[in-house]
Amino acid sequence: MDTRGVIALLYQLADDELVVGHRDSEWLGLAPHIEEDVAFSSIAQDEVGHAALYYRLLEELGEGRADDLAFLRPAGQRRNAVLLERPNGPGTYLAEPRFDWGYTIVRRLAYDLFDAIRLEVLTASAHAPLARAAAKILREERYHLLHHTTWFRRLATGTAESRRRLEAGVAAVWPDLGGLFSLGEVAPGPHFPASPEELVDRWTAELEPLFAEVGFAWPGRPAPAAAPGADGRLGQHTPELDGLLETMGEVYRTAPGAAW
Amino acid sequence: MPNHDDRHAAFLDRVQRGEKIEATDWMPDEYRIAMVKFLQMHALSELMGALPEKEWVPRAPTLARKLSLMAKVQDEVGHAQLILRVAEDLAAPLGKGREELVAELFTGEAKFHNVFHMPAPTWADAGIIGWLVDGAAVVSQAALLTSSYAPYARVLQRVCAEEGFHIQHGESICLALAEGTPAQRQMLQDALNRWWEALLLFFGPPESNSPSAAVLFKYRFRTKTNEELRQKFLTKYVPRIWALGLTIPDPQLRFDEEAGRWVYTPPDWSKLKAIARNQGPLSQYRLGLRRLSYEQGRWVREALLAPAAQAV
Repeated sequence: MDTRGVIALLYQLADDELVVGHRDSEWLGLAPHIEEDVAFSSIAQDEVGHAALYYRLLEELGEGRADDLAFLRPAGQRRNAVLLERPNGPGTYLAEPRFDWGYTIVRRLAYDLFDAIRLEVLTASAHAPLARAAAKILREERYHLLHHTTWFRRLATGTAESRRRLEAGVAAVWPDLGGLFSLGEVAPGPHFPASPEELVDRWTAELEPLFAEVGFAWPGRPAPAAAPGADGRLGQHTPELDGLLETMGEVYRTAPGAAW
Repeated sequence: MPNHDDRHAAFLDRVQRGEKIEATDWMPDEYRIAMVKFLQMHALSELMGALPEKEWVPRAPTLARKLSLMAKVQDEVGHAQLILRVAEDLAAPLGKGREELVAELFTGEAKFHNVFHMPAPTWADAGIIGWLVDGAAVVSQAALLTSSYAPYARVLQRVCAEEGFHIQHGESICLALAEGTPAQRQMLQDALNRWWEALLLFFGPPESNSPSAAVLFKYRFRTKTNEELRQKFLTKYVPRIWALGLTIPDPQLRFDEEAGRWVYTPPDWSKLKAIARNQGPLSQYRLGLRRLSYEQGRWVREALLAPAAQAV
């Protein structure tokens, strides 16, 4: 078994879920309506819960304590896709949050679909604990995908403004998509039996018909790799990730060894 | 057909016998208006009550704490939704819907609970809120489980059950800090010092002579006074706070065995007046955050109500 490959893969999974869950959690109390605030928080909790599961698998493989892995690693060691670290919009969760629901929905839809495909691949992984975890997580992710697909359709067919804002979200998300499909240091093999090209094929086959259905121009097939120098899976990140990690670890760093 | 005065007298007789009122029952306007006002304030307090703690969700210090705090704050938003649904049914004959009930928060016509105007500057504040503010909330809400308005009493059963989990969640944070490093312990003591007066203010002044309170008592919506609730809170929580080795910042605090009640230094009641005018420490900041997010979400709500969306 290629343990190093499994570890590299787990970092991508854990960091993706933690960073997107963190961004989602910044919407708490600020979502467009009360029912969605509750629903979106459940999704954020699922994502952080999945991250915790992946970090525990890393802990079992001797990588260190799960909380240390989540809270202390600097940006250069993070393996999440850059798309997921982008802020929700101007402002912060504490000051003048002018968060962008259109962007949030497109990012979530793009990521949920990618993640569902990645998890389906992982259910066939030769690394049994990961295959088992993937099967369990996939059951929850189906609901995330359903939720965000519903939002996408509603905003696309709602008002002229909602359609415009959703299209702006598409335009903002698309340049970052390649980084989602990058496998970084992971080579396709028994623990991850698919290539980035295959992931893009399956993703495109799912999403292109939805764009056609709502009358959106298809922005084009995503590249199967990040733009040069912007591959989060290789630890190449934006300053926004530094800010996110600064916030996330603010309390934990004051006494990392202590019980909290 | 009984005249209005007879119906009113019969209604009053019903509630004073302990009978429960349902949404579809006839009720005097005085009752309906008082109920809407109370439920609106409760719902808006849950909504605004999410804000002090949610400040700590992105900074929660472990994965487990991040998850439990998110779930806790989510519950508060969920309570706002449950109670708003009850309020919407009551307010419909008055020509008000959810949009109006929430928007009155921004005009100052509707209030939110005094305790959520206070700052929460450290992680320990998130623990104290979960443990003691929710503890105080359960004391006052449990006293309303026998309320004459049945739909509210039913919703409160779930609210109180969930608040019970919140208290455990908050107490667990406080326990970890109390048993932690000297700096963690100090952070907890500082947070308690900061919140103690707010916890006394929570229940309102001992002599509440407001006309709206009188209406609530008359119709058996409320049965316990502010001071009775505060005493109950002190009886339950003072020993627990002491058990953590914390100091309560009131040298006068003691249980008077003869009188059978707690003696405490009165908080500065005038602070409640400032808060009622939304001039508490963080009133404007929190209202500003709520108003901004409400305005930012308007286009989304409009899209959901658009005819094309109905077909999807």
